Amino acid sequence: MERGCCIVDLGDTKVLAQVSGKIEEPKKNRPTEGSIIINLELSPMASPAFEPGRPTESGIEMNRILERNIRDSRAVDTESLCIVAGEKVWSIRADVHVLNDEGNIMDAASIAAITALSHFRRPDVSVMGEEVTVHSPEDRDPVPLSVHHMPVCVTFAFFDQGEFLLVDPNRSEERVMDGRMVVGMNMHREICTLMMSGGMLLVKEQVLRCSQIATVKVAEIIELIQRALDKDAQARQAGEKCGFAESVPTNKITTNRKEATAIDTTAAAQQASQVIQEAGPVDKPMSNMLVQAPGTVQIGEGLVNTWDVDDEDMESEEKEGREKSVTNGREAVATSKPTERKRPVKAGEGTVSHAEGSDSEEEETVMLFQGDDETKSTEEPDSTALMQPSNSDKPAKKKGKKKKAAQK
Amino acid sequence: MQRYYSVGSNMAATDETSALLRSFECEQNLLSRPDGSANVRQGDTSVLAAVYGPGEVKMSEEIIDKATLKVIFKPKIGLPGCAEKLQERLLRNTCESVVLAVLHPRSGVNIVLQVIQDSGSLLSCCINAACMALVDSAVPMKCLVSAVTCAVMEEGRIVLDPDSKQEKESSAVLTFAFDSRENNVVTCSTKGCYTPEKYQECLSACGAASRNISSFFRQAVERRMSKEL
Repeated sequence: MERGCCIVDLGDTKVLAQVSGKIEEPKKNRPTEGSIIINLELSPMASPAFEPGRPTESGIEMNRILERNIRDSRAVDTESLCIVAGEKVWSIRADVHVLNDEGNIMDAASIAAITALSHFRRPDVSVMGEEVTVHSPEDRDPVPLSVHHMPVCVTFAFFDQGEFLLVDPNRSEERVMDGRMVVGMNMHREICTLMMSGGMLLVKEQVLRCSQIATVKVAEIIELIQRALDKDAQARQAGEKCGFAESVPTNKITTNRKEATAIDTTAAAQQASQVIQEAGPVDKPMSNMLVQAPGTVQIGEGLVNTWDVDDEDMESEEKEGREKSVTNGREAVATSKPTERKRPVKAGEGTVSHAEGSDSEEEETVMLFQGDDETKSTEEPDSTALMQPSNSDKPAKKKGKKKKAAQK
Repeated sequence: MQRYYSVGSNMAATDETSALLRSFECEQNLLSRPDGSANVRQGDTSVLAAVYGPGEVKMSEEIIDKATLKVIFKPKIGLPGCAEKLQERLLRNTCESVVLAVLHPRSGVNIVLQVIQDSGSLLSCCINAACMALVDSAVPMKCLVSAVTCAVMEEGRIVLDPDSKQEKESSAVLTFAFDSRENNVVTCSTKGCYTPEKYQECLSACGAASRNISSFFRQAVERRMSKEL
């Protein structure tokens, strides 16, 4: 059973908490302190009203109350979480999942969180000069967190403008209440959190009365927590199995249990070898990869370009391109369709004809030339034309491919 | 009620397959809000599944002739990420193959899974939990799904229902889900390297084990229905 895991059943409300630790860099303004993060998740399992993803307003409110209760009241000592000041500290994270919502999630969550934090053991760390060694649980026993006190929340529901008061409201009571007050208190009768989120006006005597009731309730709850922690510690020491498995009553008809079973797999092995034999030999995959250049591989051949340009036109344009590229070197030249072929020839003698070509850009095909290599990028879409170095046998190969394509 | 099974003794010597399923436990209807819920424990691995449905579904997600299945997988630590989305998809595809969605057009069935403890064989535990929760919520299904995980160790040995230590030391982990009627494969999810021969061996071994689990599910439902309410 994992350390730092706790399930709380408050009536029918069920909450699961799990604590985990990670080594991280500390905050800049607090280099000698670790951090405690509490994340309350209202799981869609708990109620059809909870949606996955962004937390609702009430979810955020409850999360804040939990954080204030445990983190701001310094229930867990953060200075002891420091490993190397300014560089490495423990970041302790408590994830609280609500599994079933039958009212008063706040109380259940606070009990689960503080119990899980008390139950958790972090790996032991030793620092020798510059070296930090994190010991595995097998090497050295994990170390508990230093929990100074256990703050537990008690929720009160008010009806009739504060006249009637209910402690620990269930779901139906929560739906009709006028307002609620949450009092977080610890064993030493210190109030850690006090939150009343509107809905009605409260007389101050009521607040005092609530805190007195909370004192009694908190004492009972903390005694329960201590008993559970002690029982778990005893079971672990004795080497018995502890945790959820043992706490489930097995004499209910909704529970069914089966001990470890051995399966007879001789028939299975025979069946498997039979299947393999019947399947026959496997065809090896054929791979015809052509390495064009470092970083460029061609698999398969491209198809012929069928974009309105015939093969003969392509050849004559190629010749043109060859003449031009000799004079201009590397440049982008807009060549046009057969009817307008003469225009670019004239312009190309002097400057680059971008301005002229821009009139009818949609009709023109843009071709890129590279040195003395009359590469036609539109002809073979699969080869990366830009990357090809000028190679004497390249044109020959291309022509060969073109012929093959034409034959197809 | 505990039942012990005795099995032929000639398994370990010949194939070097450690064919031992861990202790199996299933508790149904433990949550009051969801329509159906189940907690399945395989050894130390425990997964809690809850089903809401058939119910309302968002207009953007509704299908006119079938029910829309949605799976939400919640890990224990941290916020859900990409790996959880993959699990959700796997589970959704598995459930979609067995749930009779055509009986509830334009509705939604939501399945929520919460990992309570992960000690190996998590995916098969999730599938089993989802199946039991669907049974508990009375969503109509063609058949039950029973899933088994097996691990292929370095030396070629196959271990059924591995725990986390065995999974870490293995060279491949394979999970198969079978239907309860004809023992056909519903889902197969693998991680790691293995030969086709090993795959067939694992498939057959898991198929034999899944019959065991299907009969356990049957027993669980019979037990539940044994008393008049």
